[in-house]
Amino acid sequence: MSDITTWICTGCALLCEDIQVYAANGQIEKVEHACMMGKARVTGCKHTAKPMVDHTEVTIDKAISKAVHILKNADNPVLYGWGNSTSQAQIAGIELARVLNAVIDSTSSFCQGITINEILQGHMPSCTLEEVREKADVILYWGADPMSSHPRHLSKYSYFPRGDMRQHGYEEDRKAIAIDVRQSRTAKICKDMFYRIPPGSDLEFMKALLDALDGKVPKLSFDMDIKRLLELATLLKQCEFGVIFAGLGLVYSIKEDIQILSGLISKLNELSNFSLIPMVGHFNMRGFNHNLFNETGYIHSVKFTDKGPLSGVEYSIIEQLKGNADAMLIIGSDPLASLPGALLEQIENIPLILIDPCENLTTRAADVTIPCKASGIEEGGTAYRMDGEIIELSPFIQSNGMSDEMIIQRIIKEID
Amino acid sequence: MTSAMEIYQLLPKTNCKECNESTCMAFAVALLSGSRQYTECPPLIKDDKFHNSRIKLEEILKPIQGAEETGLIVHEELCSGCGNCVVACPVNVANDPHGSGRGFGPTNDKVIFRVIDGKVKAANIEECRRFGKNRIMCNACIDPCPTEAIEFV
Repeated sequence: MSDITTWICTGCALLCEDIQVYAANGQIEKVEHACMMGKARVTGCKHTAKPMVDHTEVTIDKAISKAVHILKNADNPVLYGWGNSTSQAQIAGIELARVLNAVIDSTSSFCQGITINEILQGHMPSCTLEEVREKADVILYWGADPMSSHPRHLSKYSYFPRGDMRQHGYEEDRKAIAIDVRQSRTAKICKDMFYRIPPGSDLEFMKALLDALDGKVPKLSFDMDIKRLLELATLLKQCEFGVIFAGLGLVYSIKEDIQILSGLISKLNELSNFSLIPMVGHFNMRGFNHNLFNETGYIHSVKFTDKGPLSGVEYSIIEQLKGNADAMLIIGSDPLASLPGALLEQIENIPLILIDPCENLTTRAADVTIPCKASGIEEGGTAYRMDGEIIELSPFIQSNGMSDEMIIQRIIKEID
Repeated sequence: MTSAMEIYQLLPKTNCKECNESTCMAFAVALLSGSRQYTECPPLIKDDKFHNSRIKLEEILKPIQGAEETGLIVHEELCSGCGNCVVACPVNVANDPHGSGRGFGPTNDKVIFRVIDGKVKAANIEECRRFGKNRIMCNACIDPCPTEAIEFV
């Protein structure tokens, strides 16, 4: 007889709460309603990480002691990752950074940080995914391909479901629009509402759209029928509840010109009603920004000093990897697999500590590996969904290991 | 999607009637519907000159063998488990309005589509709008599939 558990999936930042896991004798037999990413997450590691120091297996106590030794003797340690950690582990990590006067950062310093900052500073309106499901009639995916990155996004929240105010769902009540440089899987679903733009031309398109919204004749340097742009402007003006899902394609393209995106949202809100939700990837990537913001007033790239926390581009992981870092603690991230090779040369020259449930590419380069429980599977806690809602995670596997929060707390204790 | 003409081109095209069908084209249509096997064509099996045709037929008829009575095939290797078909299928919505219809996983066993182990599975196929006397050419599950993992043959 199988035990059936309702699980909150930590496969991505959608945190789907309706997953049914069937298990018998500690073995997972079946997973219902989860997409392939969720299924892979619940199935766990291909190879679980082991406590290692200098590529030799040791006890977890020795691995933690070695990590403490490295961090204590570093002048400029960097604590990086946090996207796959619970909020409790992130808050402990911020405390560790404070104790060490360290730099703490996540992937958000080079991806969704700028949009989340605008939302947290109150410069850009946002909404919840439930509001999107119940009310949204115009959904704009800009530089985002949720069909590949968050497979249940369209079916669970944004396009296909019938909502309280959208009883006919996608057939009649909703319009999905994609703006992208290629015909992604999401763009295919949007059919003739797909606007293909050349790479790097998001700002130009945005300015042309602002002109169209103002009733001016828009100009574009690339080949696109202006009538289609005017049609888009009319659709955005007439909507009752619109939402823009901003993907990395948009964020990378607009770079520091975030005020133009804020201007577009403001303009749209003068004419109709629009919100923005960043397409956050890892399950608690947004949580890091919220927790750090609550603790320091900054959302990423923070350096703790005796005079208080500082923030700036020089404290981002990118700049730190160019030379300042003299030790790194990586948690719930695999930078060797995800960051460009040129940035990673420095990693080989500095002591590297990795806290992760699984073996990955970074494990091979790590001087110290400390295995932890898988967050949301073996260990509970809370996480921030992509729309900023706090979700309570429900672990369903009992294990004897240490959670990432416990490991960080132990390091803090041993440093003191 | 495989057509009857595509299958016909691989048959002997002699209308010999050894398979008890009136023409090779009729046999091709029967192969497409899944009611006959290509091994029931004696010249195709006996004559070595049709060796390549047999290999090609084996390949193109393989998905049809797994088809449901409505002709529904789910290519699991292409499916990402997104659940678009689960929420879009009108039968799922009618039979489970507060589950599938609202974007959640199905809450009862009356639905056609549900995602199991990251792949969509079809059941209750007799409920499909393409089935039975009053069938219609519904394509509500095919249209929202971004990977073309669902097809009807």
